[in-house]
Amino acid sequence: MLDIFTWLASWLVYDLGGFDPDSKLGSSLHFFVEDTSKIFALLVVMIYVIALLRASLNLERVRYYIQQKNLFAGYGLGAGFGAITPFCSCSSIPLFLGFTSAGIPLGITMAFLFTSPIINEVAVIMLWSLLGWEFTLVYITIGMAVGIGGGMLLDSLGAERWLKDFAAKAYQNAAGSPQVNQPAPVSHSLTLKQRHQFARNELYEIVARIWKWIIIGVGLGAALHGFVPDGWFSDNLGSGQWWNVPVAVLAGLPLYSNATGVIPIMESLITKGLPVGTTLAFCMSTVAASFPEFIMLKQVMLWRLLATIFIILLINFMLVGWIINLLAPWLFSSL
Amino acid sequence: MKKIEVLGTGCKKCTVTAEQITAIAKELGTDVEVTKVTDPQIIMHYQVMSTPAVAVNGQLAHSGGIPDREKIEALLNA
Repeated sequence: MLDIFTWLASWLVYDLGGFDPDSKLGSSLHFFVEDTSKIFALLVVMIYVIALLRASLNLERVRYYIQQKNLFAGYGLGAGFGAITPFCSCSSIPLFLGFTSAGIPLGITMAFLFTSPIINEVAVIMLWSLLGWEFTLVYITIGMAVGIGGGMLLDSLGAERWLKDFAAKAYQNAAGSPQVNQPAPVSHSLTLKQRHQFARNELYEIVARIWKWIIIGVGLGAALHGFVPDGWFSDNLGSGQWWNVPVAVLAGLPLYSNATGVIPIMESLITKGLPVGTTLAFCMSTVAASFPEFIMLKQVMLWRLLATIFIILLINFMLVGWIINLLAPWLFSSL
Repeated sequence: MKKIEVLGTGCKKCTVTAEQITAIAKELGTDVEVTKVTDPQIIMHYQVMSTPAVAVNGQLAHSGGIPDREKIEALLNA
């Protein structure tokens, strides 16, 4: 069914535009038109449908579910809800304090915040359409693992002692008086019309926020696709020496992008011979470890905690890179 | 006079919310004082998790996004 976008691109670029399919520019343009039209079409449909389904999911209910679970289920739930809950990064601080003052352990809250930028419906739709379902599943598993592992490690270090005073107090107050038996927040049953309105607003808001990232991301991906020879990375960097992974993670750090901008580049990087694990490590580092967000968290954390979180993330990304590079031959028959 | 606080850690949506409330209040001739609150302690005190949120005279009245015109009018007339 997605072939229609390949035809559309061929028709526009080769037939109407008169570009030579074998030229660098022609092949870049074809890639750009095919991927942008495909991504936008899929996004519009899928964001709307997903928003319809999750219209009644709000943070209060998410917090309630997480509170009811024991510690171990909590990490999984934290990361899981981080993946599916609509959530804007400017709400990080209120969310953090809302969870903490409800007595939810720091590690679980951080599992939510780690996973949230890595996995969301836009990322999943784009990965699925560009790189296939195997890759998407691996990506989701890794995103969850990074969140759960990072959260558990923070708790095992006793990291809550590095919270700012007021946040630490709020946590201790709540932890001292468990509110496990409080009633569940009321779930408003929405009419179809309300769901439609919510979904329409979500669609406008998300597309307005991400369209330029898609253009930039696909543009860069298209340039790589057309102008960098196949196998360039494996010819020039060697295929997967161990140090490639830390270099990719460090290279991704100063690049501040969201998943939407990076995923179209991943496709090109992989076909140009960058090992899958290295590519994923680069992507995660670009998406999940961004300085503006860290500076925001400074309002509730001491530097020591911020630095710990940062180091944990870097180590996690490198592990992702190495492990996936090792497993790649078994995981991806198609790549 | 109504004391309106727009709660949020300072993203664009919070600014827009404050501007819209000010503009609509002016249109309706409601006497208001709109302040933007970015202090996380105060936001925590209101138990808000999704911003922007709006408090009227110290009572939380809205949270989770930019309120639409109807909602703002309701807040101002309440």
